[in-house]
Amino acid sequence: MRREAPKSVADYTPLFFPALMLIVFFVVPFSTMIAVSFFKRNPSGFYTPDFVFDNYARFLSVFFGGVLGFSLMLAVLVAVCCVCIAFPFTYLLTRRPRRVQTLWLVGLLSVLSLSEVIIGFAWSTLFSRTAGITNLFVAIGLMDKPVALLPTFGAVLTGMVYQALPYTILVLYPALVRLDPTLLEAARTLGASPIRAFFNVVAPALRNTIVATLIMVFVFALGSYLLPQILGRPQHWTLSVLITDQAIYQSNMPFAAAMAVFLVLISLALVGLTLLVGRRENAL
Amino acid sequence: MPGLDINSITKKFGNFAAVDNVQLNVPHGTFVCLLGPSGCGKTTLLRMIAGLEEPTNGAIVLDGEDITPLPTHKRNLGMVFQSLALFPHLSVGDNIAYALRIRGASKEEQKKRVDELLSLIHLTGFADRPVAKLSGGQRQRVAIARALALSPKLFLLDEPLSALDAKLREAMQVELRQLQQRLGITTIVVTHDQREAMTMADLVVVMGHGKILQAAPPIEIYRKPADAFVADFIGITNLLPAEVDSTGRTTILGTAIPGLAMPAGQTKASVSVRPEDVHLGSPGGSAITGEVSFVRDLGGTIETFVDVGGTSIIAVTTPRERHDVPVGAKVGVTLPPASCVVLGA
Repeated sequence: MRREAPKSVADYTPLFFPALMLIVFFVVPFSTMIAVSFFKRNPSGFYTPDFVFDNYARFLSVFFGGVLGFSLMLAVLVAVCCVCIAFPFTYLLTRRPRRVQTLWLVGLLSVLSLSEVIIGFAWSTLFSRTAGITNLFVAIGLMDKPVALLPTFGAVLTGMVYQALPYTILVLYPALVRLDPTLLEAARTLGASPIRAFFNVVAPALRNTIVATLIMVFVFALGSYLLPQILGRPQHWTLSVLITDQAIYQSNMPFAAAMAVFLVLISLALVGLTLLVGRRENAL
Repeated sequence: MPGLDINSITKKFGNFAAVDNVQLNVPHGTFVCLLGPSGCGKTTLLRMIAGLEEPTNGAIVLDGEDITPLPTHKRNLGMVFQSLALFPHLSVGDNIAYALRIRGASKEEQKKRVDELLSLIHLTGFADRPVAKLSGGQRQRVAIARALALSPKLFLLDEPLSALDAKLREAMQVELRQLQQRLGITTIVVTHDQREAMTMADLVVVMGHGKILQAAPPIEIYRKPADAFVADFIGITNLLPAEVDSTGRTTILGTAIPGLAMPAGQTKASVSVRPEDVHLGSPGGSAITGEVSFVRDLGGTIETFVDVGGTSIIAVTTPRERHDVPVGAKVGVTLPPASCVVLGA
């Protein structure tokens, strides 16, 4: 299909609506937030317009730095776990008959309909001492007595991977379905075992897809603030939890805004870095 | 016995037999073309030889060793796929060296072999190019070189030239044949192009509905087709009904053909006559009389369509021997009995 560059203002009309939406619901609130992050907090009231760096300065402490580091580490870990599980799974799924694929995809979509709250409480029950899966392990003789698996870091990670996994699979699925199956067969005729061929050929051929998926899951996991509270201890709380805490319970809007801006900047920087590294490797 | 033996191979998908009890012996160093319309089972047969499909029944024996239970990667074969399946993330050299890398060959060894193969396919100096920067014919050659990297016992190609344009395809057919002759490697090519099969093969295997219909050298397939399907599939042919009349003579379209004998006890059969064997002359005498319905003048050859009572006979001549027969003219068609092949019922 040939596309012509838009010539008159009228040609841009289809863009007006999305542009308006973006301005009203993203640009304006985000600018407001940036502005607020420079305001001065008023302990008795809310905040007063000003231009101070106090909020950012306060953020540069060991405590908040640690929380930021933990949040980024958790998001990276969730992204890596999701892709490591979802990639082979989706690959095997695309080799199944069409009907089987549809059933699995419908199942995964139904997981997406669960809210974060439901997922959180479902896992907290599953990991509990009284009604959790350890009771099952005891019943089949794997363990002596039931134990509580939460609040732990593992519980937080499991919950978040569970929540992000359907998205990961749905993002990987189209690329894997389009992958030429003869690539793998060619590798096998050249003497590579199926597993070796998978890592040699399928994974590198889809590197860009994998990188894009990692970034998507990373950003998705960064925003999670309910699961760490339900399944983890306070040291497992992410920056998003602290932002909520500052904004809602401490009424410190300027500081919450500063943290949010900082989080956005750090995430953007990481995503940019990933893309840059990917591009450099591609150029070789 | 050196060579490839396909012993009563059957492949069923559900109740459908894609390959139905196929028996074939391929002597060492033979170039075989599996030829047939789509869905005749030729690709399935090739994939079973490669180990990419598991036969429902039967065995594949290579140089006396039963390779049926071996997985693909242990069979020591090279295969070129229809899509070529070049690894997009690797350079030309890395694609060709892939099999050597899997075997753990040293860097020097890999480089030496890659250079050797690149010169074999006339692409010396292309090792560092990405495969995306190659033309169709060059990719084709890289796929061939990659498959030959380990000097395999068997060289399999699945419709290797179908993505190329007509001119390039003709040139690659010759190149592939010459390459195979030089290396003396047992080669099996799947194709639906009879011209390709005629150009390259020592042995043409015509398949239909999962069965081998005829396996013979190309010129024998052309001259002595086993049945109407083969005759029609290989080249253009005139399939005409022949009958024995009350006086015992064999007639085609009501005209006696002296010298053409039917198999004993048979009164009706189909006869295949190649268009280049059909002679056009003046009407009358012992010739079959018909009317020219269409002339396809291709410059190099001229195809004349003669209508005989509703049946069309095609005659091919070169311009040098051409009779000036405009559309609508009455002509006499002579069928030399030696060129008439009586087919099974």
